[in-house]
Amino acid sequence: MADSITLKIDGHSVTVPAGTLIVEAAKRADNDIPVFCYHPKLEPVGMCRMCLVEVGTPLRDRESGELQLDEHGEAKINWMPKLQTACTVPVSAGMQVRSASEKVTRARKDVVEFLLTSHPLDCPVCDKGGECPLQNLTMRHGPGKSRYLFDEKMQLQKRVPLGDLIFLDRERCIQCARCTRFQDELVGEPVIGFDQRGRALQIVTFSEPGFDSHFSGNTTDICPVGALTSADFRFGARPWELQHAPSICPHCAVGCNTHLNTRRSGRDGEAIIKRVMPRQNEKVNEIWLCDKGRFGHHFVGSAERLTVPLLRRNDQLMESSWEQALQLVAERLRAAGGEVAGLAGERLANEDLFTFRTLLEGVGGRAAQWPGRMGGGELAQQVGVGVGTDLAKLGADTVILVVASDLAEEAPLWWFKIRQAANKAGATADKSRATLIVANARETKLDRCATNSVRYRYGDEVRTVLALTHAISGGEAGLASSIVAQHNTRVAEAARAIAAAENMIIIFGSEGLDYSGSSALAQACANLLITGGHVGRVGSGLLPVWPGNNTQGAWDMGVRSAGMPVPEFTAGAGVVLLAGADPVGDGDVLPEDAFVVVSELFSTESARRADVVLPAQAFAEREGSYTSGDRRVQRFYPALPARGQTLPDWQVFARLSETLGLGAAPTGAAAVMRQIAAAIPHYAGITFERLAAVEQQWPHVGGRDSYYGGASFPNTAGLGVQTPTRAEMGHDLPRGDVHPPAVASGDLLAVPVTLLYDRGSAIARSEIMHPRLPEAYIELNMADANRADVGSGDRVALRVNGHDWELAARVSDRPPQGAVLLPRSLGGPPLACITPAVLRKVES
Amino acid sequence: MMVTEIIKGLGTTFKHLFQPPITVEYPEVTRPVRPRFKGRHELKRYQNGLEKCIGCALCAAACPADAIFVEADENNDAARFSPGERFASVYEINMLRCIFCGFCEDACPTEAIVLEHDYELSFYDRESAIYTKEKLLVGAEGAAASTPIQVQPGTLDRPIPDMQDPD
Repeated sequence: MADSITLKIDGHSVTVPAGTLIVEAAKRADNDIPVFCYHPKLEPVGMCRMCLVEVGTPLRDRESGELQLDEHGEAKINWMPKLQTACTVPVSAGMQVRSASEKVTRARKDVVEFLLTSHPLDCPVCDKGGECPLQNLTMRHGPGKSRYLFDEKMQLQKRVPLGDLIFLDRERCIQCARCTRFQDELVGEPVIGFDQRGRALQIVTFSEPGFDSHFSGNTTDICPVGALTSADFRFGARPWELQHAPSICPHCAVGCNTHLNTRRSGRDGEAIIKRVMPRQNEKVNEIWLCDKGRFGHHFVGSAERLTVPLLRRNDQLMESSWEQALQLVAERLRAAGGEVAGLAGERLANEDLFTFRTLLEGVGGRAAQWPGRMGGGELAQQVGVGVGTDLAKLGADTVILVVASDLAEEAPLWWFKIRQAANKAGATADKSRATLIVANARETKLDRCATNSVRYRYGDEVRTVLALTHAISGGEAGLASSIVAQHNTRVAEAARAIAAAENMIIIFGSEGLDYSGSSALAQACANLLITGGHVGRVGSGLLPVWPGNNTQGAWDMGVRSAGMPVPEFTAGAGVVLLAGADPVGDGDVLPEDAFVVVSELFSTESARRADVVLPAQAFAEREGSYTSGDRRVQRFYPALPARGQTLPDWQVFARLSETLGLGAAPTGAAAVMRQIAAAIPHYAGITFERLAAVEQQWPHVGGRDSYYGGASFPNTAGLGVQTPTRAEMGHDLPRGDVHPPAVASGDLLAVPVTLLYDRGSAIARSEIMHPRLPEAYIELNMADANRADVGSGDRVALRVNGHDWELAARVSDRPPQGAVLLPRSLGGPPLACITPAVLRKVES
Repeated sequence: MMVTEIIKGLGTTFKHLFQPPITVEYPEVTRPVRPRFKGRHELKRYQNGLEKCIGCALCAAACPADAIFVEADENNDAARFSPGERFASVYEINMLRCIFCGFCEDACPTEAIVLEHDYELSFYDRESAIYTKEKLLVGAEGAAASTPIQVQPGTLDRPIPDMQDPD
């Protein structure tokens, strides 16, 4: 722990850790020193001069070094002759600060006056108006009147698209560089920057497409003026007109805390989501949000949503009532005699999944998660990351091993935090870097900040982890005995780093792996952790990069992966119950004579095949809880009124259970959570009240000082509760057997990879994202491209599983030789795992 | 004694019989109102036909009765409704809620909304009490085309008219 330092700010004593900046120290004493360029998450630069204060240090005798005292026996203060920027001066013992003296007030007035010399007075049309730091600080500290001539204002371009998602207003920019520093320091993608100097200075983008970053939306939050606005919220509403609801992002396993702003639409009077803002949770997303989470919300308000129950009559889906539909489903379930197969999507809430399992167990059927292509859920329950782990704060004693995952695409905020841990970028007080080992068959974005990049061939994921385990359990001898390690010196280096580390986190994904492959990888990773003793404590453990946002919740609720293809799982079933699952859309065939019930948001392929279609509520219309990859149970709240006759999934299953005599339906989502807490040991004690508990977080955002942390919202609705692992509960954990999966072989292998921006049902309905969604393509190595005589942009035919798919080709050095990367959900072939492929150029 | 009183009173009555009446025969005759009378709102236009309203919703924010609903959208030079980037795509005043205080007029940065002299507001149902933008917007005068109009790029990109004296 750093030493504490006591100083006096405006006569009040404040004690803060050494190294704290004056502006932060003042903040802790509830003294808001105004800032524009300073941001608690970024390195200070002292550019805007708004935080000027008087600083004095105790006077010491030059010879003896003794403090000089005045007649009252107090230390004499040597006031610095000029004002200092509070955002760049660290505190020192005995320091005194005057933040409200006449000199300081005068300086602030002058700075505001200067900033406003060329700031347009278009607050009425500015999206930031109402939550604008410049507006607020001008009201509080400004001169009220300008001495500059109105005619001499610079008139610059008002609408400069920096990309498809972010617009720049050149007039409004006050050149604080928060946006460029955010992209540079925290994201590591300096795609925007300053051009020119002085009054001609402007923000430009260097990337193609413009502002090519997954985090671009955050710059609009931290912009202290309305210079950067998002295409989504541009002129959408005034901030004071918006309704508020805390929520959880439904897109990936990170579980970012969000804040939904809604308003009645002027067109049809329906309430709609106007914008998604980050909600502070320092352990999860801090005050950031990726662009998919921010802009990918339009599926909720889509006109294609199902709103009434549909029944199949005369081979047509006809509108019906809930009573009729549920009665029919209940009859069929009763008549099926236990031959019921249920598939629940990994996007359903915990409450849905629990009632789903209860229903299926009640009727004697079988339940599984869909798509369920990744294993290792029970291992995450046993040796998952310790409760309270903060990925961004991992220090030098920690090794982070990322295996078979492209984190930047699969879990952007984890990538963001891991990058911080490995780089110690931004204003992180502790600059000790964690060791980052990235093991993958190809280059990923995370490699840029990796200490050690281990490359293996697709199919060698498990063997690579086994080699590491051998090495650390058997020392150099063990390493020597490992075949993989002999061929790969990087593995040996990684093993040495792991053996020396005190803490270790393994983040594993499922790139190139199917269910059995990822299960084996999970077991291998768990064994490695157990061998090194890196389980059951903060800063160590296993972290799965799940394909769904609530896959961990599905495992916890007992809805596990079937571990077999859908046709096999549903074979012989009289009734197939699909909730948020679309196997037909992925090319799977359901049994011909099965009665299919689908609970969905949209009319999917499976819904079109169904006999009964039940309209479900989207996450923003209901309450519930999700469990993120680090087993944090987080609660989301209703933001919008229910659409049409939609019902939350849990209510449908609970009502069916009641009709079938399996117990009374719970009265609300909170009551389902009580049942969950009673039935599932590691959820014991979790209630909606506990999930809503908050504590003071640092940095302080929201409240009076919208200028300090940006426009993200403070968390008043719950930080969530992490469920303890079995390791933390003191259970003995045996190492499991690992069965490396059989590897597909062939000259060319198609490897399904996950992209953040795909054409899945959630994001395809956000029109604003469409310019960023690529057409279906494959990515291949230069050598393979030359062999097939294919260049970037050429059309190619890819033959997989006996079908030809025409796709665009991209040639890069990312894929290893012999593999083509095939992004999922872009309209190409839906592959479950690595599949042999044949490539041919299509002559145009 | 009583008789004198009665005659006195009737005298007043007879006197008024021969004076011109001070009541007006509404609705055949309407009384003129004072110049600053606060009647039904109008949304004004500039001479070139563009709407003064920029959809800033400050009127709605100032409204103590929450009678105004504004939704904004973005202008472009091919189809321009108002100067600057923003215009009101939806503008509604619920006249049943409005208390005619004129705060909206005070809040308006472009003098787009003005409480004019029409006080004859009556409705058969509540829905017709909601005045939409079409009803509130005054017609374009003379040669000016009605909005949206196509303009030269870069000519009308400032939302707030330049003030001669910013004080």
